[in-house]
Amino acid sequence: MNDDLFGGDSSQWAFGTDFEDPLAGVDTTMVDDVVADDLALYCLGLADDALIMSQRLSEWCSRAPEMEDDVALANLALDLLGQARLLLARAAAASPSVVPVLPEGSPVPPEDALAFFRSAGQFRNVRLAEVPGGDFAHVIVRLLLFSVARRELLERLRGSRDQVLAAVAARGVKEVSYHRDWSARWFLVLARGTGESRRRLISALDELWPYQAELVRCGAVDLALADAGVGVDPTTYAGAVDAVLGEVFATSGVERPSRGPLAGVGGRLGRDGVHTEALSLLLAEMQVVARAHPRGRW
Amino acid sequence: MGEWPLYEVFVRSKRGLNHVHVGSLHAADDEAALRNARDVYTRRNEGVSIWVVRSDAITASSPDEKDSLFDPSGDKVYRHPTFYTIPGSVPHL
Repeated sequence: MNDDLFGGDSSQWAFGTDFEDPLAGVDTTMVDDVVADDLALYCLGLADDALIMSQRLSEWCSRAPEMEDDVALANLALDLLGQARLLLARAAAASPSVVPVLPEGSPVPPEDALAFFRSAGQFRNVRLAEVPGGDFAHVIVRLLLFSVARRELLERLRGSRDQVLAAVAARGVKEVSYHRDWSARWFLVLARGTGESRRRLISALDELWPYQAELVRCGAVDLALADAGVGVDPTTYAGAVDAVLGEVFATSGVERPSRGPLAGVGGRLGRDGVHTEALSLLLAEMQVVARAHPRGRW
Repeated sequence: MGEWPLYEVFVRSKRGLNHVHVGSLHAADDEAALRNARDVYTRRNEGVSIWVVRSDAITASSPDEKDSLFDPSGDKVYRHPTFYTIPGSVPHL
């Protein structure tokens, strides 16, 4: 990112820029009664959700049904990538031990080291984000399920005692509100469109629903951070998520899916580093160039 | 696809007082056009307000009528308020 765009001479742009740094003036000190590794893991979970979703959304670049939706999907991907960057950087600041070690003299910043030099087992994203893409209905359903839950999370995270997390959430809640609105509108259009669009929508919903419960599951790290007033316990907003989805389903005339949640491995889920094979393939594509040039400057 | 109607997009920028035509796009309906305009034309932090209108709702003057519509005003210099002196105490007129 060209950081000169924050401030500086913007008269060269037709409409002006006036970009704002979301962390300007934010107190970056760590809350002292939180275990540093817990905070790092918590940030990695939220960051990885956004990063992997962003990667999946960006796969739609040039493939959406209309150019306008192509640009919209790229915008959403970039919103989430921006959230991921700030959260990865916060994870690294909280506990440098989570950052992969690169060759001495490598200019790769910690946020990039975390994004490009961790293997699948070290990623903490929910599995909903990583499952392979399908048709346009699939991207709509995935984005709806994801953004409804993430919006409730970010809304509550704005009150975090960690000022950086609070600032990221305050910025992100506006972005994700739009993602929710955008995907809910498309959900309605596809549900009430043609027989074919409705069939595809319900098929995608049926496929992705087993991954939904993971979005509102509370792990040990979530609980520890929530108790400290730094994180949010997902079970506190599970009801709100359910209500929003129920409203979308009712308006669209779609029945709530009946399939149960997808089991983990010995109770371990995406947040614990247990993933589907799709994540390895996604990471191979996302990381190959950075890994080939560990001393590269981008 | 391609059957979606065409819309014209007008954006009011942060520093502007009026909406300015910025381009056109396709959308299934009015609300979708507004969202598409947000995504296509305000992604670089340009706008604070958007108008969209279906292109076929705009009645435009014909280029063929250019002579009769616009040329007659070309020599009516007296229509400009330039034949009196403006007092120095009036800054904006």
